[in-house]
Amino acid sequence: MNFYPIIWKELKLIRKKPWRFLASSLVMPLLYLVTFGWGLGRGMNVGGGTYLEFVLPGILALSAMNNSFGPVSTSLNISKLYTKTIEEVLVSPVSPWDIALGRTLSGLGRGLFSALMLVLVALATGVHLHYSVLFFVVLALTSFCFGAMGVAAAMLAHSHEDMANFNSFFIIPMSFLAGTFFSPDRLPQPFQSMIMVYPLTHASIVLRSLAAGNGPAMGSVLILAAYAAMFFYLAGRLVKKTA
Amino acid sequence: MINITNLTRYFGTLAAVNAVSFSVGKGEVFGLLGPNGAGKTTTIRMLTTLLKPSEGTALVAGYDVTTDPLEVRRAIGVVPQMLNLDIDLTCAENLEYHGRLHKMEPGDREARIEELLRFVGLWDKKDTPVEHLSGGMRRRLLIARGLMHRPQVVFMDEPTVGLDPQARRLIWGFLESLKRKGITILLTTHYIEEADALCDRVAILQTGRIIALDSPTVLKAGVGKYSIECLGRHDIPRKFFPTREEAIDASREVCEDIVVRESTLEDVFINLTGERIDT
Ligand SMILES: Nc1ncnc2c1ncn2[C@@H]1O[C@H](COP(=O)(O)OP(=O)(O)O)[C@@H](O)[C@H]1O
Ligand SMILES: [Mg+2]
Repeated sequence: MNFYPIIWKELKLIRKKPWRFLASSLVMPLLYLVTFGWGLGRGMNVGGGTYLEFVLPGILALSAMNNSFGPVSTSLNISKLYTKTIEEVLVSPVSPWDIALGRTLSGLGRGLFSALMLVLVALATGVHLHYSVLFFVVLALTSFCFGAMGVAAAMLAHSHEDMANFNSFFIIPMSFLAGTFFSPDRLPQPFQSMIMVYPLTHASIVLRSLAAGNGPAMGSVLILAAYAAMFFYLAGRLVKKTA
Repeated sequence: MINITNLTRYFGTLAAVNAVSFSVGKGEVFGLLGPNGAGKTTTIRMLTTLLKPSEGTALVAGYDVTTDPLEVRRAIGVVPQMLNLDIDLTCAENLEYHGRLHKMEPGDREARIEELLRFVGLWDKKDTPVEHLSGGMRRRLLIARGLMHRPQVVFMDEPTVGLDPQARRLIWGFLESLKRKGITILLTTHYIEEADALCDRVAILQTGRIIALDSPTVLKAGVGKYSIECLGRHDIPRKFFPTREEAIDASREVCEDIVVRESTLEDVFINLTGERIDT
């Protein structure tokens, strides 16, 4: 096991440009929060509470996803196709699984960090959810899952366009549909089942249930964990194949 | 240290490297000389485990590159053709990262960083981000990085490409002192003087095949040690002579403004292929 150097480098780079890191982690989720939460949702009620209380867990899941998948896939893609810095690691005795793990864990850190910042913003503005240790464990699992997906996607992409297409046809639709802004059971049947295929849907379901003070929706936890394991396996295999 | 047999790599139907075989002994400096597209980089990428051979075998430091890549990676240092440093990190941080990838102890890492940055003349730049370094300085840092973990075998792909003559001389100096330390080096180049000045043996590569392999002295003696050139005229067929006297005698018959010069590896290449290397 020697994945730490990969994380060490990430931390070095973040420490050199902390403001850029902070801004890039927070801009999107804050925009969502302002638009869909305060802009639309002050007066609306969903179930027992306000729309803002409803939408916040979804935005947290989304934020965890964007800040793990995005930076991980972009930086690995650039490193593979343009700067070739990945080749330094590929000719060192760090195993492909350690490379995949280091990259995935840096996604976990970024995703979790952005979600935590958002929780602080929400608390400061008086939006209260039931936060538990489990709630943050699920956010970490979500970030891990999409970090691993970012590694796999970057290893599959042969060009910048491939990456952009993956974003347009998979990530963006998932961001809007996967139970982020509304509950999937409001949709008519074939769509409802389709949406249940998205890993993000299950992250939203679990987080929403926990935030409301209910149990963790075990079915969705298991599906999310299965996705995380599958993406990580794929990531490791794909790194191994290029080496 | 390096032992390859029938090494071949196809890209589609193109055989970029075609049944190449050679061995490099401990402490030897071995050169792959050939024009652009000859297959030098492809050969190095296979030997450094970045590319799988289509056919043939390659042993580096006793390990097979296909079946034992991690052991090979422990033993080798790589100085790639493309500058793949982290430009946001400083010189010292680039080396530290490399040391960490190779699990060097912190104390050893620190000492080695200083030793190498002094060796390549970048100690005063240790805290400078790579993006502020010139091309020549980046090349030197790249060499230092390849040596960081004290590899037994070092692969250098066109270590002086694109540098001005002064920067090139500086790097030649480093390579000579590495050679004195007994480090095994495989380098590629399309600069004739570089292969001639540095290498114990040279393999001349053309379109994926080795067309000659020996020490520069023997290769040059093979075509004839001396050659004549007529100033201002290029229509004269190249002729080679074993001794200076014979060259001078022969030159009298051709033209007046004559120079007799020693043959180069370029002459060897032209003699074998009818083409120049530097095209
Ligand atoms: N990834 C690749 N895909 C297809 N062709 C390649 C690839 N890499 C190299 N080649 C081809 O293989 C030949 C040898 O290239 P290379 O090894 O880079 O030569 P050199 O380093 O001697 O200039 C060239 O014709 C080049 O176009
Ligand atoms: Mg090359």
